[in-house]
Parts: sequence; structure tokens; C-alpha cells
Amino acid sequence: MLTMYLMQVNKMNKESYMNLTRGIIKENPTFVMLLGMCPTLGVTTSASNGLGMGLATLFVLVFSNFAISLVKNLIPTMVRIPAYIVIIASIVTVLEMLMAAYLPQIHSALGIFIPLIVVNCIILGRAEAFASKHGIRQSILDGIGMGIGFTIGLTSLGIVREILGNGSVFGYSFVTENYDPMLLFIMPPGAFLALAGLIVLFNKLRGEK
Amino acid sequence: MLKISTAPHMQTQHDTPKIMLDVVFAMLPAIIVALIFFGLPALMVILTSVAACCGFEYFANRFWFKKGNTTTDFSAIVTGMLLAFNLPSSMPLWMVVVGAFVAIVIGKLCYGGLGKNIFNPALVGRVFLFISFPVQMTNWPKPEFLNFLNTDAQTGATTLGLIKHIDSQTSATMLAGELPSYWQMFIGNIGGCLGEVSALALLLGLVYMLYRKVITWHIPFYYIGSFFSFSLIMWLITGNIQYEPLTNILSGGLMLGAIFMATDYTTSPMTIKGRIIFAVCCGVLTGIIRFFSAYPEGVSFAILIMNAFVPLIDKFIKPDFYGQRR
Repeated sequence: MLTMYLMQVNKMNKESYMNLTRGIIKENPTFVMLLGMCPTLGVTTSASNGLGMGLATLFVLVFSNFAISLVKNLIPTMVRIPAYIVIIASIVTVLEMLMAAYLPQIHSALGIFIPLIVVNCIILGRAEAFASKHGIRQSILDGIGMGIGFTIGLTSLGIVREILGNGSVFGYSFVTENYDPMLLFIMPPGAFLALAGLIVLFNKLRGEK
Repeated sequence: MLKISTAPHMQTQHDTPKIMLDVVFAMLPAIIVALIFFGLPALMVILTSVAACCGFEYFANRFWFKKGNTTTDFSAIVTGMLLAFNLPSSMPLWMVVVGAFVAIVIGKLCYGGLGKNIFNPALVGRVFLFISFPVQMTNWPKPEFLNFLNTDAQTGATTLGLIKHIDSQTSATMLAGELPSYWQMFIGNIGGCLGEVSALALLLGLVYMLYRKVITWHIPFYYIGSFFSFSLIMWLITGNIQYEPLTNILSGGLMLGAIFMATDYTTSPMTIKGRIIFAVCCGVLTGIIRFFSAYPEGVSFAILIMNAFVPLIDKFIKPDFYGQRR
């Protein structure tokens, strides 16, 4: 009896662990699933912007997964997408007001991309693919994992672009005044080049071709 | 003679290394002109660019793409020389190396190597440098005849940069004295990228390539022709010296682009009809960018944009095969 219970717990823990880590490496939203490309390419001109955007998305992702898994049985299938969007939009509104109040600098740097989290496909994607089919606990874990993966992706992209395009990391410059950074990397085309380079590196580290 | 073999029976002596060597020979006059007017710095830029391109091609292919040695087809030398032609002679050498890396590794090998690249590698490198380092890329040393060390290198504006900002008639007469004469522009005694200054040298290269049948005449002719007509129409309508067709053709990278860049085998259409469409669009785009955008020069952007359309042009313009009925 006890062993069966332990096995049950073990199985659950294993499932939780899987759900938590899936988003970080195996199904990393930025590098593997290529979801949420609009903020990924749009705001990562510096490491702090990338980190801020990643954390904002993490916040929304956790709460939207939580809320949607709570009400998943109440929503008629036909209207589930509009219902999800309403939930996500209210969470994003809360987040935007919070950021405007407490983090005005990052709020103004990210600008329009914060309201645009509503239509970020990673959030609706997890709501549709995960939260609407799983329990509350697992959905929150999935939200945390995906959010961390997204944050890692955006921050590393921001770091690479800031180093190459501005000669600094998190605003700390490490080059002399006369150094000429490659301005291309803080422009939109540079985002594609940097992202491609990071995907190559990520796939190499994951051991896939 | 009695050997039996399968189809293609006729053989020519043309293969990739031979064609590339011919292109290199065709570029020699322009190199000589660059050395005469810009001296040692120009030579350093050319040598660095060629060496870096060959080096990146060899090492990236060997250690990264695992494709074997492809430097022997000399295409990296052509890319390196064309890249150097597109840079001012005052370019810092480490930037030239960065440009060579972008041109060879990102512009060519990432697409699968020679013959599979969509965009002209040298132009990819140039545009990367142009957007990344706008200050260095628009710093034009003044040409100084046979001053090899180019010690007191002054900088000045290019002809296109000068005429771009002429609007009223008063400033036109003021700047008219600063504009080089047609003869100066023809032989290359003007500021600009080190390979693009001399129309004469580039035309010599064109004649050589036509004689050796490396390229057909269609792309250079229609490119320059369509751009000429475009600026002629603009000039006749407005009377503004900015649109003066002969100055526009002789200055800037138009000749270099039309003769050496747009005619690249890989990135130009296969059929004659396709080439004409490609070249005319290039010319019109060049005009649009030169006359209506913030940039004084638009040849590289125009060719890169049209490069992207080449697969589409090839898809819709297919040659009739023998016996085909329309």
C-alpha cells in the first residue's frame, strides 16, 4: 500500500518535473518552437529589455495558465479562444498597470510590446495545448517552465545583440570610446542573424542536427 | 574517337576556375586604377579582403561545414576582390575581415556554397558593413595621383553625395565648381569606393569578359540603359542637376554593379529574357533609391533586392525546349 502510494507520488513528481523542465530545453519556446517571434525580434535590442520582456511574459504565462486551467470545464468549446483572450487580456492589463507604477523605465522601454503580450502566440499556445487539458498544479508548472525558457531565450538574444551592437552588457560598457560596434545587430535585420546564430548553437548543445 | 559515351557530347574548356580567373583578369584594370589614385591603403584593403575570404572559405568549409576544400575554384578570390572594390580605401582592416566573414560564411556557405547562394556574397558583406559602420563606410579619401603612401589623405564627398543635396539653382552654381568633370569621372579621378571610381577600367573589364564570353551583354546594357533613361526622364522633367544622367552613370557604383555584381552567374536569371527583366528592374530600383531615399547610392541595395526575385523570374520565364508547343 505504502509502496503504491510512493510510486504514485514518484510518478506525479516525475510528471511535474517533466512539465517544469520541458519549456526550458526540450521545447524551448524561442529556440525550438520559435513561438512569440514578434517580441523576440522586436525588443531584444539590449539584455535588460530582453530580461524584462521575458519576465513579463513569464508572469502572464503563469497566471493565464492558472486561470484557464481553473475554468477550463466551464468554457464551451466553441468560444474557448475568445474566452482565453479575455482572460489573458485582463492579466496583461494588470501587468501593464503594475509595470507602469513600479518599473516605469522598463515599461517605457518595452512600450507597445507589453500590451502585445495578449496576442503572443506562446501564451495562447500553452493555454490551448496545455492548460485546457491539465490540472491547476501542472499548468502552473508548465507556465513557469515555458516562461523561464522564454526568458532565457530573450535574455541571451539581448546579451548577444547588445555585446555586438553596442559593446556592453546590461548597460555596462566594456569597450573604449573609439570602438565601433556593429550597429546592424541592434537593428531589426541583426535580430534575425543573431537569432539564427543562437539557434545553431542551441541545437549543437542539445546534440541535434 | 571510337569511345561511346552518353549525352552531353560537346565539351568546352570553360569550368569554374577558368571563368573565375577570367573575372579576376577583367578586374585588373580597376585594381591598377585604385592603386594609382588611392595608393598603398587600397592595396592593403584588397589583399586583406582576398586573403580573409580565402581563409574563411577554407577553414569554415573544413571545420564547420565539412565540405572539403573549395578554395581551388577561385570564387573566394573574386568575392574578396569585389568586396574590396566596394569599400573605401580608408576602411580599417579589421572591418574588412568582418565583411569577408559575413560575405563568405553567412552570404555564401550558409546557403550551401557556390551556386546555391541567393544573394551576391560580396554585396551581402558590403551592405553588412555599410549598415554596421556607416561612418567608416562613407569616409571617402580624395584621390591623389601616384601618391603611393597616401600620407596626407584628405577626405571629401563623392559626386553623388554632392549632387544629392543640391536643390535650388543658387547652390547648383555654387557647387558646380566642386563637381568633377566628365573626363575625371571617366578615368576615375574622383572620391568613392576603391574599385568603382574608374568607368574606363570597368569598361575594359567588360570588354574582356565579353570577348572571353564569360558574361552576355544583356545585364550591363539593360541595367545602365534603364537607369540612364530613368534619370534622363527625371532630368528633362525637373531640370535638376541631381538627375543629370551622364554624371549619374559615371559616378557611384553603377558601372561596377552592372558589370561585375549583377552578372554573377548564381544570382542572376538563367534566360536572356529573365536577365533583361532583372537588369531593367535593377536600373529602375537604383534610380528610385538614389533619387528618392536618404541614401545617395543605391546600386548594392537594388541588386540585392532583385537577387531575391531571381528564383521567381526563373520560375515564370522558362525557355521553350525543342519541339514544344505553346
